[in-house]
Amino acid sequence: MREIAFDTVKDAVAKLCMDANYDIGDDIIAALKHGLEIEESETGKDILKQILKNNEIAHDERVPSCQDTGFAVVWVEIGSGVTIAGGELNDAISQGVAKGYTDGYLRKSIVEDPLRRKNTGDNTPPIIYIDIVPGDQLKITVQPKGGGAENMSEVKMLTPAAGAEGFKDFVVDRVRRSKANPCPPVIVGAAIGGTFEKCAMNAKKAQLRKVGSVHPDPFYADMEKELLERINKLGIGPQGLGGRVTALAVFIEAFPCHIATMPTAVNMCCHASRHKTVVL
Amino acid sequence: MVKKITTPLTEETVAGLHAGDSVLITGTIYTGRDLAHKELVDAIEAGKDLPFDPHGAIIYYVGPSPAPPGKPIGSAGPTTSYRMDSFAPLLMEKGLKGMIGKGNRTQPVLDAMKKYRAVYFAAVGGAAALIAKSIKDARVIAYEDLGPEAVRELKVEDFPAIVVNDMYGEDLYEKGMAEYRRE
Repeated sequence: MREIAFDTVKDAVAKLCMDANYDIGDDIIAALKHGLEIEESETGKDILKQILKNNEIAHDERVPSCQDTGFAVVWVEIGSGVTIAGGELNDAISQGVAKGYTDGYLRKSIVEDPLRRKNTGDNTPPIIYIDIVPGDQLKITVQPKGGGAENMSEVKMLTPAAGAEGFKDFVVDRVRRSKANPCPPVIVGAAIGGTFEKCAMNAKKAQLRKVGSVHPDPFYADMEKELLERINKLGIGPQGLGGRVTALAVFIEAFPCHIATMPTAVNMCCHASRHKTVVL
Repeated sequence: MVKKITTPLTEETVAGLHAGDSVLITGTIYTGRDLAHKELVDAIEAGKDLPFDPHGAIIYYVGPSPAPPGKPIGSAGPTTSYRMDSFAPLLMEKGLKGMIGKGNRTQPVLDAMKKYRAVYFAAVGGAAALIAKSIKDARVIAYEDLGPEAVRELKVEDFPAIVVNDMYGEDLYEKGMAEYRRE
């Protein structure tokens, strides 16, 4: 067995929380620049310029690109040959989140109970998804997820008869109804299949893909392209003030499902689609 | 053309603002989001004083990130406004003239803006580090225990925003979307 020290994991997670919030990925920057070229609305262009400028400041000064530094969603792939020395993996991640959000001057956005709403003070607990994979490496991705776009997300249990058209209409309609609220231009995570909860999780996981990447299955690659075109005809535009660039990308995640079901889910993400990965 | 405006907002300033105008705001504005709005409305209903004078005031829907050393405030972009919609009309009745946030408002808020002659501005969501540059000073004036949700008094210079809803009932979200829709 390969041992990885508790503190190594904790420190890595703390750094990922900060880096993700300070540095918007190059793929998003490139997509925003492309958006600026194709945007027709003057207001829309101004907004895209402001967002690009903002991301530059955040990077240069190491400050959060958005004040909503999110719920820390942590995706873990742990090799079956790895053990954590000196503590539990979940605790190392949780303590890493607390450290990253405190040391990095990131906003603490988590309340300990949804109805009594007292802030936990250190942005814990994180949401942790663990997969056990072959090998002796530990891969950790931190995806800080803001609340505004999350509120525009939805799971819908369609019937198999609804087919591809039903799925596509649901995705487009979800973006249409979201209007300005999720901070467009958005990244749309769309999932189909699995169970009720697996589908929702996959819609979020879909957002970890690089903007500009092509779905490996040509059937879904074509569907992503079609959906992006349809969404960018809605007219919502940057910040919902009207324009061509409503979404930067649509990512589909499909999964096997039951003969009676066709779960679908849309998880919306703002233009600040943040995620950083480390392999230990 | 960019309009420069100062706080507190007068009847005249509000009357001169139209959906689609870009503005730069200078003066004092107050922060408040979900829990702070509940506190403010509870205070009004209990007949207590508000932590700031609502007459001509602008509320900015924001929960900033913590101020790093040497800066007055952390990143400070707008949060989604509709969550404050059940509280906003009462604040306008008490004299509030401006709200800064992002996203669509519901009908009761749009109606209240016409009735009480108030205006809704959008700031660019996710441009939080850029917006923070226009905030020169910040201090918590109420509900400190709410952390990022506490009410702050901000001194701003040339704070960039866009008029979305004016007192005449114009709505830039509806207008802008209709103009570029190609469905």
